[in-house]
Amino acid sequence: MLVKKRALVMGAGLAITAVLLSGCSGAGAGAGAAGQDVTLTLATVNNPQMKDMESLKGTFEKENPGIKVNFVQMEEGDLRAAVTADVASGAGQYDVVTVGAYEVPQWGAQGWLTDLTPALTSDAAYDVGDILPPVKTALSVDGKQYAVPFYGESSILMYNKEMFAAAGLTMSNNPTWQEVAAAAKTLNTPDHAGICLRGKPGWGDLFAPLTTVVQTFGGAWYDNNWNAQVNSPAFTEGVNFYVDLLKSAGEKDPVSNSFTECLNQLSAGKVAMWYDASVAASILEDPTTSKVAGKMGYVHAPVYKTKESGWLWSWNLAVPATSKHADAAVKFAKWATSKEYQQLVGTTLGWTRVPPGARTSTYSIPEYKTAAAAFAPITLEVMNAVNPVQPGLNPQPWVGIQYVTIPEFQDVGNQVAQLVADAIAGRTTVEEALAKGQVIAQAAGDKQKK
Amino acid sequence: MTTASIAPVRQRTPVPPGEESGTATRLALKKKGRQARALVMPALIFSLVLTQVPFLVTIVFSMLQWNQLRPSEIKFNWFENYAVVFTGPDFLPSLMSTVVITGSSVVLSLLLGLFFAVLLDRKFMGRGLARTLMITPFLIMPAAAALLWKWSMLDVNVGMVNWALNALGLPSVAWNTDLPVVTIVILLTWQYTPFMMLILLAGLQSQSREVLEAASVDGAGPWRTFQWMTLPHLRQYIEISTLLGTIMMLQAFDPIAIMTKGTGGTKTLSYLLYERAFIGLDVGQAAAFGVVTVIITIAVASIALRTLFKVFINGGDR
Repeated sequence: MLVKKRALVMGAGLAITAVLLSGCSGAGAGAGAAGQDVTLTLATVNNPQMKDMESLKGTFEKENPGIKVNFVQMEEGDLRAAVTADVASGAGQYDVVTVGAYEVPQWGAQGWLTDLTPALTSDAAYDVGDILPPVKTALSVDGKQYAVPFYGESSILMYNKEMFAAAGLTMSNNPTWQEVAAAAKTLNTPDHAGICLRGKPGWGDLFAPLTTVVQTFGGAWYDNNWNAQVNSPAFTEGVNFYVDLLKSAGEKDPVSNSFTECLNQLSAGKVAMWYDASVAASILEDPTTSKVAGKMGYVHAPVYKTKESGWLWSWNLAVPATSKHADAAVKFAKWATSKEYQQLVGTTLGWTRVPPGARTSTYSIPEYKTAAAAFAPITLEVMNAVNPVQPGLNPQPWVGIQYVTIPEFQDVGNQVAQLVADAIAGRTTVEEALAKGQVIAQAAGDKQKK
Repeated sequence: MTTASIAPVRQRTPVPPGEESGTATRLALKKKGRQARALVMPALIFSLVLTQVPFLVTIVFSMLQWNQLRPSEIKFNWFENYAVVFTGPDFLPSLMSTVVITGSSVVLSLLLGLFFAVLLDRKFMGRGLARTLMITPFLIMPAAAALLWKWSMLDVNVGMVNWALNALGLPSVAWNTDLPVVTIVILLTWQYTPFMMLILLAGLQSQSREVLEAASVDGAGPWRTFQWMTLPHLRQYIEISTLLGTIMMLQAFDPIAIMTKGTGGTKTLSYLLYERAFIGLDVGQAAAFGVVTVIITIAVASIALRTLFKVFINGGDR
């Protein structure tokens, strides 16, 4: 009896999961026929910038009578499931969705997103040329732009100027990884680590910085014909360098650490350097939470064989092809990514909350320049310098830096990251880990060859 | 279930007075029976729909080629997903991880639970408070507990465990990096010890004081009394807490997702299933893993029930 009951319970549990997977969790629907009031349903990830947008939507509704915007906040995973199911079934529940840079080209190529190019280029006031060129490239497929960036970031090297001065070291604006490694070893003491690097397994955790290291060492996930390159000498050299640097001068317990954990250690003055997202600078410069505000220096991502090595990420607004109110939806997406919106955020919420890394003009707003003086110039400089079309030494068949824009990549990246984490812990060697990773990556590469 | 609930209805149905024809009586009874069944049906159908249909759907899913990001390519591939489960590199290591983590956590929390139950089974000042404090870990949500352990207890820079180690002159331990399996086992043990303790404490308190008194009059020391009187009495309590604890810890997910991310031998079946579904976005494969996990769990549970835990078969025999 008990056994049967357990089977029932487990079966039910599994099936509920399965139902959730199929994406029946969507909520809200756009209502109203032509001529009547339109309610746009916006499905978004729940990050702070999007919450700011929700608090300011009243301004848009006032300027555009007849259009109401309804926000549905979700976790990233739920959002993906809800939107893919909605688009695939043609239900048209969502009119605007937030999509990461990793998925915009994939969904655009699938025909799931509305091509925004005509709407953007025909509107001179929107000034589409003002969008940072690398971001625009990452959001376009074959010259068609499928999303507008709301907020963008690259990766930079942050270092504690006090610790550098105390050790008599200097940092150039374009350091090499060898220089950084040497400095990290000098600065590594029992009290503070030389450098903090992500070690938490995950394609967006460990492999975001590690992929950029691999690329500047001449490696890549795939060659131009989708042959996996994970066990190639260049890939191996890059990973070995990263793992050795962590072992010799990195933070303790690296497998626990990603963005938030490193940020905590930097803020507490426990680490001398950190290579991570440029958005971290704005948090490190906040004197209420950071002990190192005003003591940090920011330079380009370290390089080896390439000229630039920063990554590129943006959160974007896109209009699903199934939206029943596409015109109003495009109007809202343009408003939320416009110059006026940035002014609105600055004047109502504060200039440090202006979404960075999307528009060139953001960096010429005088108030923003003052509020973000420590990191705004380097962010703009790096974001303009990166090349998402060919971040490594060789051409690649996808657009993107720290990720590969194929559906299988997050799975591949995750599994290989778990293997590399084992190498960081010393349970296996980098070579063994990457040999297994090659098999996983090749299986995904083969699917692209069809 | 159905027959059991209908039978008493039949027995209680009185023969209507003045009814002489046996056929009429039978017909009336049949009608009553039908009515009874009709009354039970909604509940029965509801529970069937709620439990069996979703499982059947999962089985159907497990025979589909279905990646969420390729919705145009959904089709039946029959047993291909199962072939991946059994020939792929994930399943056996994951099964091993599950056995190691669940097994050691159950044994450790059972031993600790027994220890604390014995301590709490005597009268002392503030016993109620002590018991409440001891139960707390079980009441904390698993995700909150995992975060608490990650940041306050096991953090390499500011964690209390490493602070205590340093105070003793020992070096800090990078728990997640170097000892991921131990980390998860520590957390599960911490969380489930109170559960074991509660069941065992109930067992201890149901023990007859006269028997213990008689034993001490006969000259048995505390250890001998515990070994020969208390432990045999506790046997069925130990069995039920082991079984329930195993069922709950098999499903452990939060500490793995929050702390180790499945690295270093912590990719248990429940985490693997999550990974296939939400990171691999492969609904078919995830469903296949789920079905196989259910079958294995049922097999293990029935073997365990038949051989180890005779209490469920002839519970009155002791």
